[in-house]
Amino acid sequence: MRSFSRRQFLKITAGTLAAAGLASRSRGVLWGGGGPEKPRQGTQIIPTFCDLCFWKCGALAYVRDGKLWKIEGNPRDPLSRGRLCPRGTGGVGAHTDPDRLRAPLVRVNRRGRDEWKEVSWDEALDYIALRMRRIAAEDGPEAMALFAHGLGGGFFRHAFKAFGTPNIAEPAYAQCRGPRDAGYNLTFGDEVGSPERTDIANAECLVLIGSHLGENMHNTQVQEFAEAVGRGVSLIVVDPRFSIAASKARYYLPIKPGTDVALLLAWMHVIVKEGLYDREYVTKFGHGFDQFVASLEGYTPEWAYPETGIEPGMIRETAREMAHHRPATLVHPGRHVTWYGNDAQRSRANALLNALLGSWGRRGGLYVPAGVDVPHYPSPAYPKPARPPADNPDGKYPFASEPLTTGIRDATLEGKPYPIKGWFVYATNLLYSLPDQAATIRALEKLDLVVVVDVIPSEIAGWADVVLPENVYLERYDEIGASPFREPFLTLRQPVVDAPNDQKPGWWIAHKLAEKLGVGAYFPWRDIEEYLDYRLRAAGHSLEELKRDGVVRGSPKPIYFEDGAPSEFDTPSGKIEFFSEQLQRAGLDPVPRYAPPEAGPPGAFRVLFGRAPVHSFSRTENNPILADLMDENEVWVNAAAARRLGLKSGDYVRLRNQDGVASERIRVKATERIRPDCVYLVHGFGHTSHRLRRTFGRGASDAQILSRYRTDPLMGGTGSNVNFVTLELEA
Amino acid sequence: MSLYAMVIDTRRCVGCQDCVAACKMENGVPTGYTRDWITETVQGEFPSPWMEIRSERCNHCDNPPCVACCPTGASHTHEPGNIVLVNREKCIGCKACLAACPYNARFIHPDGYADKCTFCVHRVERGLDPACVAVCPTRCMHFGDLDDPLSEVSHLLASRPAHALTQAAGTAPRIYYLS
Ligand code: SF4
Repeated sequence: MRSFSRRQFLKITAGTLAAAGLASRSRGVLWGGGGPEKPRQGTQIIPTFCDLCFWKCGALAYVRDGKLWKIEGNPRDPLSRGRLCPRGTGGVGAHTDPDRLRAPLVRVNRRGRDEWKEVSWDEALDYIALRMRRIAAEDGPEAMALFAHGLGGGFFRHAFKAFGTPNIAEPAYAQCRGPRDAGYNLTFGDEVGSPERTDIANAECLVLIGSHLGENMHNTQVQEFAEAVGRGVSLIVVDPRFSIAASKARYYLPIKPGTDVALLLAWMHVIVKEGLYDREYVTKFGHGFDQFVASLEGYTPEWAYPETGIEPGMIRETAREMAHHRPATLVHPGRHVTWYGNDAQRSRANALLNALLGSWGRRGGLYVPAGVDVPHYPSPAYPKPARPPADNPDGKYPFASEPLTTGIRDATLEGKPYPIKGWFVYATNLLYSLPDQAATIRALEKLDLVVVVDVIPSEIAGWADVVLPENVYLERYDEIGASPFREPFLTLRQPVVDAPNDQKPGWWIAHKLAEKLGVGAYFPWRDIEEYLDYRLRAAGHSLEELKRDGVVRGSPKPIYFEDGAPSEFDTPSGKIEFFSEQLQRAGLDPVPRYAPPEAGPPGAFRVLFGRAPVHSFSRTENNPILADLMDENEVWVNAAAARRLGLKSGDYVRLRNQDGVASERIRVKATERIRPDCVYLVHGFGHTSHRLRRTFGRGASDAQILSRYRTDPLMGGTGSNVNFVTLELEA
Repeated sequence: MSLYAMVIDTRRCVGCQDCVAACKMENGVPTGYTRDWITETVQGEFPSPWMEIRSERCNHCDNPPCVACCPTGASHTHEPGNIVLVNREKCIGCKACLAACPYNARFIHPDGYADKCTFCVHRVERGLDPACVAVCPTRCMHFGDLDDPLSEVSHLLASRPAHALTQAAGTAPRIYYLS
């Protein structure tokens, strides 16, 4: 493992701050750039929707005497149901953060160095367009890659498809939900989606495997979860850590990390052997059931016990409990599931358990979501890229349904299957979202062009040639919110306050860049309001209506098979594939099989990471309001293990991994809430960008110490719970 | 008479701190301070610890030591509802109340006066719930009048076991936790 100095490269000068303070406001100069005209006295309540995470909760922003006061949930919105999560409530801090990027910056020294000059938007976009055109002329437009997260990324994806590159990826796939998509697609021919189609509201038995609802604050799910707990749902929690959810469980299974597939197989073994599965459902919808049953033969609870550490009696009892409540038993598919590199097969086992219980498509299980169809604004057909995406040469990962960020990184490093020369990064801090940070840095060093669009001086922004400051969600229009859910609905994000400096909305940046790249024809609309109004009218609504109410609901459709929702399975057999010929043909296991996880060095702890309810990714830790709720992460260490090591809560340690890489300083939380063979930390802290003044130097980042990962053979996901650390006390 | 109280269902609470965030926004609590907070109590050993998560704040005690010790009368009880408040004009920032409060509920505001939870009296007077109660995504918090036997809080306390904090201090606290 190569060592590198984080301090050096993750900085943007403080000098820029002073200069940026002088930047003039250019509100109103460019069309559509500013917020609505607002009276400066009294309180206005303006509907919009949240962007602190991807859940897209409908919100009401209170603007008092021209200043943003507070944000509450929009009661009309089915996602927030009138209540935001703590991040959404603290969203004001995204607007007021004094460390925001203020004006476009161009690097004036070696990449990763700390020197920048402030430029106009025209200069910045000319600079980018010139270099993108040069890359396209020399290596083809495919040599430009786009990494874009979230809704605002849509405008950039559009521009880059018009430019002619297929290399468009987001960490949300290969570093997060991708294996789940693959596992569920292979089984049911459909994905779980976002918001998840989990009917927690009606579940009688809820099974969480590593899902830490309540800490993972996906608003509607947590609301339904609390209701379910309130009405006494039978809760089964499987987690090496005694999570918040575990503290409410009827059954807590403190599983040995990495052995979930063994537990899933043993559960299915019991349910099949004891004839407890939904026979009618399986007969009607299932394919390859007999082969599947045969494959379970050896997976008894007694076999699973030494693997998982869960006693056979407990495995049987929980299996029967699930069967007892079926089909209203929901085995939650999880969201961030890139753990051990066998994740798509684990997700498939998870899907198959739901299939046995007959809960896919059923009340209390996984419902059939309903959405509103919003036609596109007419624009020319995209050019056909001259070459296929570079991330997955020869279909190495046959069941990847989206491009792989890490595949593009590999192509950048190796120049194969063809060179990648430029990265354009929108709203994703790649240094903290991809495992093996050192590889990301080596890739960044090779590039001819790095552009970052962000709202804060994130670590990835420190590596850019050009940094473009975006408006936060409260200052911009965005794509229409049209997530399929329990009932069809649409939401609008609209500006509620002006941007404080020379920031611009993402749609504006993408539009202007497209013009400079000669693909302006793909943005034929005059301004964003025309674009939105056109699409909303085509869907039977109007911008005016959405600006007023924030949310419109479509007419409800049946969401359960028993109520007439279509029971269709988009698999090769048209059925639920208990046995998958697709996998077999690809030389992969047609039914999930168990392989034990690799053990770590003696005395080392496996590193697990997760979420806190008050932060999202590595992008909210500097928010002044949310930082007051949590301004540092801790490393959770089992109390007895900590005693053995002579560590107590509050001690500062560094985590050193199997490759010798050390983390930033982090405080110990010695606790009875975790197994002795692993440690846990909340993702997102340990910022090394010193311009994030509130959070710089606080806590540690898992990203630093995840130098290894195991790639999922089905879909290329990066399982990163395969790193081990020892703890070194700081003097 | 009315006697305002909060009843918080610890079974539903996930400790997400939305109550803390909402209070900060509603009341303009300055950076670096909060008027409410989350406490986690863990007993027993892995793998079967017992845990309770609580949203805590000023208990608006029936017998408030912070009012008794205040030399200027700034700390007082407010009717209706018997809410413990601080009159910031009268407060001299002497910190006697900070020392007297067994719940650590008070702090000195950067502008020099003792500050703490007000039960969002400005909202309650308009018929709204306090901001923390109104925001809670788990709907674990309930606010109402203990003197009204038909109120939700009275009903909850009558139907489920509950406890309050540091009852031995004799302050008669009015935040109840359903276990
Ligand atoms: S879950 Fe929270 S952060 Fe995410 S959109 Fe909803 S309110 Fe915002």
